[in-house]
Amino acid sequence: MGPSTPQNSWEWILLFLDQYGSAFAKGAILTLQIAVISTLIGCIIGFVVGMIQTIELGKSDPLWKRITLKIVNILLAVYVEVFRGTPMMVQAMVVYYGSDALFGLNLNPILAGYIVVSVNTGAYMAETVRGGIMSVSSGQIEAAKALGFRHTATMVNIILPQALLNILPQIGNNLIINIKDTSVLNVIACSELFFTTKSVTGTYWRFFEPFLIACVIYLFMTFTLSRLLRLLEKKLQGPRSYQLVTDFMDDTYGNGSAVIDLKKGLERRR
Amino acid sequence: MNMEAIENHQDFIKGRSVDGFPEIEPILEIQHLGKKFGDNRVLLDIDFKTYPRDVICIIGASGSGKSTLLRCINMLETPSSGLVLHRGKNIPATGAHTADYRSKVGMVFQQFNLFSNLTVLDNCMLGLRKILKLQKNEARARSIKYLMKVGMGPYINAKPHQLSGGQQQRVAIARALSMEPEVLLFDEPTSALDPEMVGEVLDVMRALAKEGLTMIIVTHEMAFARDVSTRTVFMDQGVIVEDERPEVLFTRPREERTKEFLTRFMAH
Repeated sequence: MGPSTPQNSWEWILLFLDQYGSAFAKGAILTLQIAVISTLIGCIIGFVVGMIQTIELGKSDPLWKRITLKIVNILLAVYVEVFRGTPMMVQAMVVYYGSDALFGLNLNPILAGYIVVSVNTGAYMAETVRGGIMSVSSGQIEAAKALGFRHTATMVNIILPQALLNILPQIGNNLIINIKDTSVLNVIACSELFFTTKSVTGTYWRFFEPFLIACVIYLFMTFTLSRLLRLLEKKLQGPRSYQLVTDFMDDTYGNGSAVIDLKKGLERRR
Repeated sequence: MNMEAIENHQDFIKGRSVDGFPEIEPILEIQHLGKKFGDNRVLLDIDFKTYPRDVICIIGASGSGKSTLLRCINMLETPSSGLVLHRGKNIPATGAHTADYRSKVGMVFQQFNLFSNLTVLDNCMLGLRKILKLQKNEARARSIKYLMKVGMGPYINAKPHQLSGGQQQRVAIARALSMEPEVLLFDEPTSALDPEMVGEVLDVMRALAKEGLTMIIVTHEMAFARDVSTRTVFMDQGVIVEDERPEVLFTRPREERTKEFLTRFMAH
């Protein structure tokens, strides 16, 4: 880069990339870290809350269990409503300044960012997971019960894997939203991509070019991740076709009796 | 058929020693079982025993309570009153004991209910691994054995939605058989199938009956019930009207209601 003042936007962009490339990269990486980790933690929160909310107790269960569940469910409903019903930007302020005002804790803005995005995602995921669990047909649950599975084992082995597959697009959606919405954390000086970009603008008092760069970086991150999630979805769904297996000699009987049975079976069907 | 033979059979059903047969312990015994859904009484005072190698077909009109009875037997529905005894022991509605009992009483559903996210092989192996705690190789070998028995061996890698209804139901039977249950319950196993697939499923069930598997089958397939069952139970309005050998029930039913049902059914 020459020392002369840039003549057009393109030259400005090159200048910003040259001088602040690593700052943009750092901001982008922090954004990505907060978004990915908080989405994962949010999913875990969502799964736990969603599972608790779908527990059904009957009259045959002891009273203390039913009362405890009721209280827990009310608290969870409050959590979901509060975090879905207020802007994340405001939540960030309340958590960051509130932790100091109420508990004298001097939270690191980045840590506060992780907390706010995780807890916020958890509130949305709780509803999603609840829907995912309810979308698994009752026949699947009955089949598991009939095999001798108890409630928790049915959840873990049958329902959650299917629910996860059903809600994977929604998890992806949340991840994309989180990449974009971490930008609100700039209000607590969390040095993610938006905050970094804003800081960069100050030197030359140019706004358009740095934010255009930020725009491209955001788009690159969201587009790449949404494609990766598609791939994951496909992988989890398994192959579309299947291979017929006609030779079990290697792994089952070894004496070929199974194969003979099979051939008979096939002949009969012909 | 002479009257004495019929009486002997009645005694046999009741578990009394007959003609040198020792007294046999029933696998399942249902005592005074009742089921209400709200104010709607679906089952009234059902008494019913299942002995080893019994093949019991339960017939009756829709709404007669036969599916509910079957679902009460393995506690998918909680009975409102009465007892279900397994080898003389009372089965509670929930808990570890119930789960353990269910693992010994297999169930085949009208809608197959295969685990939709798992392959055919994994459908069979899941219960063996998680409930019976078998080693992987053992579970795999056993699953394949029973899948072959129902003619589904080649399809171990398929997902349920890639199979026809008849194939899915045969996998469901293999899944239940893999657990090597003491009794296998069938809840209208062919009712959701296209007509051309009913035969393949009934063939499998016929073969199982011949091998002496103890089965309780709720069905609308009268010819099958007549040919295969050792006892046919006719239910109407929540009660067992007649519990007889098929050759008696289908040709000389004792009760008027049975006659009516059979006449109506045969007319269709």
